[in-house]
Amino acid sequence: MAEFLSLQEAVSRFVSDGATVAMEGFTHLIPFAAGHEVIRQKKRDLTLIRMTPDLIYDQLIGMGCASKLIFSWGGNPGVGSLHRLRDAVEKHYPVPLTIVEHSHAAMACAYEAGAAGLPFAVLRGFIGSDLPKVNDQIKSITCPFTGEELAAVPSIRPDVSIVHAQKADRHGNVLIEGIVGVQKEAVLAATHSIVTVEEVVDELGAGPNACVLPEWAISAISVVPMGAAPSYTHGYYPRDNTFYRRWDAIARDRDTFADWMTQHVLNADAQGASQ
Amino acid sequence: MSTALDVTPSEMMTVTASRALNNRTTCFVGIGLPSEAANLARLTHAPETVLIYESGTLQTRPDVLPLSIGDGELCETALTTVAVPEMFRYWLQGGRVDVGFLGTAQIDKYANLNTTLIGDYREPKVRLPGGGGAPEIATNSKEVFVMVKHSRRTFVEAVDFVTTLGFGRDGTARDNVHPETARHLGKGPTRVITDLCVMRPDPETRELIVTELHPGVTREAVIEATGWPVRFAESVGTTPAPSAEEIEVLRALKARTERHHAGEATEQERAS
Repeated sequence: MAEFLSLQEAVSRFVSDGATVAMEGFTHLIPFAAGHEVIRQKKRDLTLIRMTPDLIYDQLIGMGCASKLIFSWGGNPGVGSLHRLRDAVEKHYPVPLTIVEHSHAAMACAYEAGAAGLPFAVLRGFIGSDLPKVNDQIKSITCPFTGEELAAVPSIRPDVSIVHAQKADRHGNVLIEGIVGVQKEAVLAATHSIVTVEEVVDELGAGPNACVLPEWAISAISVVPMGAAPSYTHGYYPRDNTFYRRWDAIARDRDTFADWMTQHVLNADAQGASQ
Repeated sequence: MSTALDVTPSEMMTVTASRALNNRTTCFVGIGLPSEAANLARLTHAPETVLIYESGTLQTRPDVLPLSIGDGELCETALTTVAVPEMFRYWLQGGRVDVGFLGTAQIDKYANLNTTLIGDYREPKVRLPGGGGAPEIATNSKEVFVMVKHSRRTFVEAVDFVTTLGFGRDGTARDNVHPETARHLGKGPTRVITDLCVMRPDPETRELIVTELHPGVTREAVIEATGWPVRFAESVGTTPAPSAEEIEVLRALKARTERHHAGEATEQERAS
């Protein structure tokens, strides 16, 4: 049953130190405001899961919140590296980070398997790739019908998944539109879920095949306008591509990064936090 | 028509890559150079080519090139947008993709791609973004085109890490697989398009060999930019020069894209 909570209360209640947390949103609808609240509450030793760590996990990793990252593509899209992620992997700064690396197909299938209550996902994947040599979570399984060897990866079942969406109705049913990524799968795979939304409306206006999360499948809803910025919310505001480019210089240097985070995240309010 | 146009090596690469796509081809597009070439194809000789991006956008027709794989422009101009698991399972693994169009950080003589790291996995010298969609795009698409600038740092004898399969360490990784795998496994990289030349796998050994040189490019230039003793086909052709129309459409696309993104910068400056 979805409860309407402040973002501060939702994160405090559902994200504990050492938890396995998935914040999803494929370029679109990345729950930045929630990520910033996790940083402000100084959560530690998290296992972070995200197909594309993006700036949100660069920030969480750089602030020392994570001890493990499960991912499949760790760059700044169209720009270059995630420097805080690289610093953690290459120089173990600010804390050592264990990485578990997949492909997009494997992670998408693993979320789906988690939502389906299955222990693992099967795919025709990783053929000829070195990834299985460095990730012992990638195994093979023999098809009982044909004898074909297929890849198997454990399903993703986070303690809590956090996603952003356009809107909720007054009961807490949520509508997600545009690039829907793996958000539905992430929410249904998790024990708890937090959904931040741009606004609450009387009627969702969802078509019969829309991507809707019923309120009884969600733990908490927080109303956070601009909650996905600097990523974007289809129908509300565009992706701040300029900021994604600027991030390269901010994150490249440890001190510049720390200053930026202090000014824009640590000293900001939970609601409507900047960038 | 070949003209005395002043064409840059990078434009030569994009135009050559765009010509590799036929009309009505279904193409799974990587971001960056492949996206530029695929959209040029759609705006010139292949208006009905179907472009798919891994963010779930099917049959998209962006007016400007996206910065990221999930830009709103891709969704707004798509026939439909599906969830990411559906994209990889039904559309890619289900065998609906003709061409996977990829870029890379490193490529070796058997067309294996490395986008993971330079050095050793546990103690990397340089950590790169990783595989993303590429490992399965390269094996589940019917064939693969690779587009990458030619340099010794990029074209190495053997990649540090096989993120994405070309033909394996010895060129045989796609041979003698289980019959059920063979039914689904694509041909792999059938051409590599660079700013100097076009390379294709030798039908016997699968080693990449130079089959076409771009106009004005010498064999020595390719040898110099390749990190293994590169071989040339018995008969090396010259890539046809771009037409005036291709160059005009490409430059307009890039100018439009630049204006679009610069517009965002202006908005940002006003806001701050």
